[in-house]
Amino acid sequence: MAAVQETIERVRGIDVEQYKYGFVTDIESEKAPKGLSEDIVRFISARKNEPEWMLEWRLEAYRRWLTMEEPSWARVNYPKIDFQDLYYYSAPKPKKTIGSLDELDPEILKTYEKLGIPLREVEMLEGVVRPEGERRIAVDAVFDSVSVATTFQKELKQAGVIFMPISEAIHEHPELVKKYLGTVVPTTDNYYATLNSAVFSDGSFVYVPPGVRCPMELSTYFRINERNTGQFERTLLIADKGAYVSYLEGCTAPQRDENQLHAAVVELVALDDAEIKYSTVQNWYPGNADGVGGIYNFVTKRGDCRGANSKISWTQVETGSAITWKYPSCILRGDNSRGEFYSIAISNGHQQVDSGTKMIHLGKNTTSRIISKGIAAGVSQNTYRGLVTAHRKATGARNFTACDSLLIGDKCGAHTVPYIEAKNSSALFEHEATTSKISEDVLFYCVQRGLSQEEAVGLVVNGFVKDVLQQLPMEFAVEAQKLISISLEGSVG
Amino acid sequence: MTPLLEIRNLQAEIAGRKILNGLDLTVNNGEIHAIMGPNGAGKSTLSYMLAGKPGYEITGGEILFKGEDLLAMAPDERAARGVFLAFQYPLEIPGVATVTFLRTALNAQRRKRGEEELSSPDLLKRVREIARQLGIDPEMLRRPLNVGFSGGEKKRNETLQMALLEPLLCVLDETDSGLDIDALKVVANGVNALRSSERGMIVITHYQRLLDYIVPDIVHVLSAGRIVRTGGKDLALELEQTGYAQYQNEAA
Repeated sequence: MAAVQETIERVRGIDVEQYKYGFVTDIESEKAPKGLSEDIVRFISARKNEPEWMLEWRLEAYRRWLTMEEPSWARVNYPKIDFQDLYYYSAPKPKKTIGSLDELDPEILKTYEKLGIPLREVEMLEGVVRPEGERRIAVDAVFDSVSVATTFQKELKQAGVIFMPISEAIHEHPELVKKYLGTVVPTTDNYYATLNSAVFSDGSFVYVPPGVRCPMELSTYFRINERNTGQFERTLLIADKGAYVSYLEGCTAPQRDENQLHAAVVELVALDDAEIKYSTVQNWYPGNADGVGGIYNFVTKRGDCRGANSKISWTQVETGSAITWKYPSCILRGDNSRGEFYSIAISNGHQQVDSGTKMIHLGKNTTSRIISKGIAAGVSQNTYRGLVTAHRKATGARNFTACDSLLIGDKCGAHTVPYIEAKNSSALFEHEATTSKISEDVLFYCVQRGLSQEEAVGLVVNGFVKDVLQQLPMEFAVEAQKLISISLEGSVG
Repeated sequence: MTPLLEIRNLQAEIAGRKILNGLDLTVNNGEIHAIMGPNGAGKSTLSYMLAGKPGYEITGGEILFKGEDLLAMAPDERAARGVFLAFQYPLEIPGVATVTFLRTALNAQRRKRGEEELSSPDLLKRVREIARQLGIDPEMLRRPLNVGFSGGEKKRNETLQMALLEPLLCVLDETDSGLDIDALKVVANGVNALRSSERGMIVITHYQRLLDYIVPDIVHVLSAGRIVRTGGKDLALELEQTGYAQYQNEAA
């Protein structure tokens, strides 16, 4: 775990403000007028030159949304959101149509450089030597509402993989988008997902054709830059029969006093024998020490194991956001399909996290596994909420759930709310849960061996989350480890 | 010459209860001191105060380590300067491999001393060599620290840490508790291998048995928070015969 040392160095390098992504990029942007109406939906659709069917789809969602109520069952508290006081579309103003990365606004490129995201595939094409064995990652960068750059398009195309902004996919692959969009998370699904369906502006689209193993990790980086802007990205990822893809998602936002809304929808479809691995490191601005500002993160993520023997695996490291409302789920429709959910959710300061998963067993001999690690510090509240259910016909369904909570200090809370429903007698569900505190004795033991108090907490926490960290792709695991320590900075007296 | 450790008239309380009551002790480099005494005499308190465990209130006296005020130093600083406590009940850290813990601890100390960190291969080489000497299965190094370890394995692991960190002052708190005679011999051999003219040791124990294997230069009897008698290694044998009753009365 050499990364621990690195982590500590990294933490040291940060001054008082813990959130290192809290810079604002000064670029001109084009915004829709504030507020939400049919006209705004039409405006967004028109900006994207969308076909009629897409506009209709959005409008239907919008009308539906008007009839819905904001859910209140999650264990989170926040002042009511004024949905008319937000911008629903913001795009960096392009000087002209972008043909290559070189034409991208240098300010945006700089932003991604600061975030440590490699957009410059150009370097590689020009023969810049990379260390041996370093895996390459194709990146789609989404800035406020708009995808600004997607790298490695050519190479992916050769493999037959489609990886592009969804706004482009609507034009270039309408048959695929029409076939799959909204089939996992329907426009009627829930308040935020329905809102997203009406106003989503961009996101990533991935299609991996039958039998293809995607030659590199795909990743999307989301960044909210504009003030008072909602980011509503939409990700649609399809692994056709026998295909495999690993997808990474990273999120940051600048520091703002007011809360920014983020309501994304992610839909995954795995056909027969296909496998999707979806990893997230979420590091939105969590608000300041007094709980002012931060991102409201209301996200609907769902995967459909539509084919037999398919597999979907969610791994998430949640360290940011003032409020997190997020339940990446799996519908285990195909026989012998498998769903996995590995989660690390860390809350510090005034953060509130209500997160977990749903494993819906429909097919025969379907299996699922849930490993959730919640860490609460400061005055935060951290809730695991999960549903495991077996349909009447889901004979032989199996689930294993382990929910562990770790408390740091005595002003935070950890809560576990599991729902388990088995509608047939052959289902076998196991649930384990623990809640523990980092003991003073363990910390003293570490400190007696020369570790500082913070190094000791970092070590204990890294041990606590090890099972989940192991699920992350290498590059992400190191990043996640750093993030964990940074998030917990100042959590011990 | 400045002694390695000098405790003068140390008085301490925990939650308003007086535990140490004017304790004096001087340890020079190269010496092994045994501290014996009945339950509740303040033996563990002494070891925790040397290591800097929070929760004790010092109401008087001082501790000088190489002539410097030890009580003014943070616990991790004491560790980096060479104070090591072998715990009576070593703590478990799930998910953290023993070798990771060793590396983190050693490099934390080295950084604090302004030394360069040891690379992983170099560290592993050293750890393996020490493990071999202590008869520790290399497999143990990969297991999470102390999790599921037997009593003997835990104490061997403490000895391993001590050998790796090369402290100047070793405080062994009831190292013999929970050990059968074979495990005791192994641990004692490990400790004896660390005897040097530079290093001082304080061996805290209830029973004379341990001192058959780790032979002390000086034996103290601690009762009611202070040293009530000091002698050579024969004092331990005498105590084995007479018990602690007379000292408890004396102190009261």
